[in-house]
Amino acid sequence: MKKTLLTTVMGAVAALGVSAGASSAATLDDVKDKGFIQCGVSQGLPGFSNQDSDGNWSGLDVDLCKGVAAAVFGDATAVKFTPLSAKERFTALQSGEIDILSRNTTWTASRDTQLGLNFAGVNYYDGQGFMVRSELGVNSALELSGASICTNTGTTTELNVADYFAANNMQYELVAFEKADEVVAAYDAGRCDVYTTDASGLYAQRLKLTDPAAHTVLPEIISKEPLGPVVRQGDDQWFNIVRWTHIATLNAEEFGITSANVGEMMGSDNPGIKRLLGGEFGEAMGIPNDWAAQIIKSVGNYAEMFDRNVGPDTPLGIARGVNALWTDGGLQYGPPVR
Amino acid sequence: MASDVAATQQTSEEPQVALLNRPEVRSMLFQGLLTLAIIYLIYSGITNMFDALDRAGIASGFAFLNSSAGFAISQSLIEYSQSTSTYFDVYVVGVLNTLIVAAIGIVLATILGFVIGVARLSDNWIIGKLSKIYVEIFRNIPLLLHIFIWYFGVLRLLPHPRDSADFGFMGLLNNRGYFAPKPIWGDGSFMIFIAFLIGIVAAFMIGSWAKKRQMATGQQFPTFWAGLGAIIGLPLLVFLVLGAPLTWDIPVAGGFRPSGGMTMIPEFIALLLALTTYTAAFIAEIVRAGILAVNKGQTEAAHALGLRQNKTLNLVIIPQAMRIIIPPLTSQYLNLTKNSSLAVAIAYPDLTSVFAGTALNQQGQAVEFISITMLTYLTISLVTSMFMNWYNARMALVER
Repeated sequence: MKKTLLTTVMGAVAALGVSAGASSAATLDDVKDKGFIQCGVSQGLPGFSNQDSDGNWSGLDVDLCKGVAAAVFGDATAVKFTPLSAKERFTALQSGEIDILSRNTTWTASRDTQLGLNFAGVNYYDGQGFMVRSELGVNSALELSGASICTNTGTTTELNVADYFAANNMQYELVAFEKADEVVAAYDAGRCDVYTTDASGLYAQRLKLTDPAAHTVLPEIISKEPLGPVVRQGDDQWFNIVRWTHIATLNAEEFGITSANVGEMMGSDNPGIKRLLGGEFGEAMGIPNDWAAQIIKSVGNYAEMFDRNVGPDTPLGIARGVNALWTDGGLQYGPPVR
Repeated sequence: MASDVAATQQTSEEPQVALLNRPEVRSMLFQGLLTLAIIYLIYSGITNMFDALDRAGIASGFAFLNSSAGFAISQSLIEYSQSTSTYFDVYVVGVLNTLIVAAIGIVLATILGFVIGVARLSDNWIIGKLSKIYVEIFRNIPLLLHIFIWYFGVLRLLPHPRDSADFGFMGLLNNRGYFAPKPIWGDGSFMIFIAFLIGIVAAFMIGSWAKKRQMATGQQFPTFWAGLGAIIGLPLLVFLVLGAPLTWDIPVAGGFRPSGGMTMIPEFIALLLALTTYTAAFIAEIVRAGILAVNKGQTEAAHALGLRQNKTLNLVIIPQAMRIIIPPLTSQYLNLTKNSSLAVAIAYPDLTSVFAGTALNQQGQAVEFISITMLTYLTISLVTSMFMNWYNARMALVER
């Protein structure tokens, strides 16, 4: 009896030490073992990551994760989504609970250098804006001195507001909620004069208000908010897969490859298209060589993703603007596949 | 005699057992092993954590406390500026916001709880039933819902700042909060405060003198009124002598929000109301149990001695009931303090919300932030318990 007890205790101690010490370096191997990708998304931001009444996720950030799944498994449905608050998101990625964080997250120096994370690109160039009730008669953010401002905790928006109001020598009261839905509810109830977040988010959340038409987004954009997918630091292979998934959709748009014509494009003579759709770059990343073709087949090129989720024909009605390809005067620039 | 010797011999001749099989050695051995195993577990957990943080390239240490925070907080009891204040200031602001809502909540919940607890025992049918309904409704709905009801319910009812409810001198009420007049003390006001302190000391001295006199001569003295006179009358006298050095900064409606005065933000009001009404329901039950636990014979005996009803209550029933009430009351106080962390749901800037929330997110060092927060709540709770244990010991039955 004594021996059994002792061995049990020692065994438990040893097991704990070993399992806790295990490293999580090779995300690709883990993902292949479990057969799906765990993707961290928002708790509901129309156009970026939002769940419909049947529980299906859609949006620009969701499509990025689906693209990675298509690249790794050739199956865009091999993704599971974890809704995360702004506060929980980095911890969930650090702890290995999710494999990719694709949750309208701003790329900043402190996040890139202090959290043990890496930003794998920018899939949406955003900037912070303000929304007010039209009846207030405010036409510029510079008229907002003394206003009460609702926003989310744990975001860059809190810091940007502080900088902007200090720079313009204006007073304000900040009311910061943990969940986006509570921010919307409080703003809708009249607790605040102003709702601030990334401009894309303002358009998306406006749809949730009682009377969306009674609210105006002010023209000022007060910050740079490059939003993009995040992975854990120290796993370059996984980092490359996520980074090049985004780049593949950009190059596909540049070459005019769409989800509809990707089949015939496989036979194209254009060397650039050939390298993208049939090169041997997949092998170098540890995934099948038809990775780019699979991505485009499942989620389309960047223009298709944009138009489907946030573009002018969606309820959000956002123009391409700075998110146009570099060839059209925008910032989206895909390094060459060669 | 002979049998005695035989008995002692028998006890000294204990059966020879292996050292390891002797109960006291065995239990020492196993307890020692268990302690070692627990220490090793904690040690390996901590070193493992630091290794993992290091390997993942996550910064650690407490240097961040001195770096600038850079975000605004809607309520702070100390001077707080988003541009110059550090994360340590954020921590202090958070702790003070937690403490003020907990302290006011405890006082209000105790008063409300005692009133309802006594009302439940009332012979008046309506009062008794109403108190019962209150207790059953309030303690059977989750606290988070209480908070949401008060916050979103109250917010939607309050007017926009442009149509504030104006109470004249008493300030303004709208959905940005309650704007109360702010007292501005003139020169020499500290004298009033000193007079107040002297008044308190004097009240205690009057009390002990009156008690001694009653013991010696049997004569009673109106201690309560004399004490009240010392505590309120003395500062009032100084106030008038100094020529009433007090002006009020009355809030004025206008712009996005009224200017001037003191602001009580709606998050604070909602949280305070929710915590108070919820905890009061539990306190009411504790008070009722405490009073019912005092034997009816005590009342009858007191009446037989010729004590009037209120003397019976003050001198016989309540001192005995308090002994039963205080220990569970302590845990209600602790619950209220800890429950105040639900503030995070409605943007009240308490410790959990601003420090373990916003600041943690800006800085990202979860281990440090969460440890500091846990340690703070632990300290607050232990201090509360210590105070209540001391009070309980004072109230405990002194047996002769």
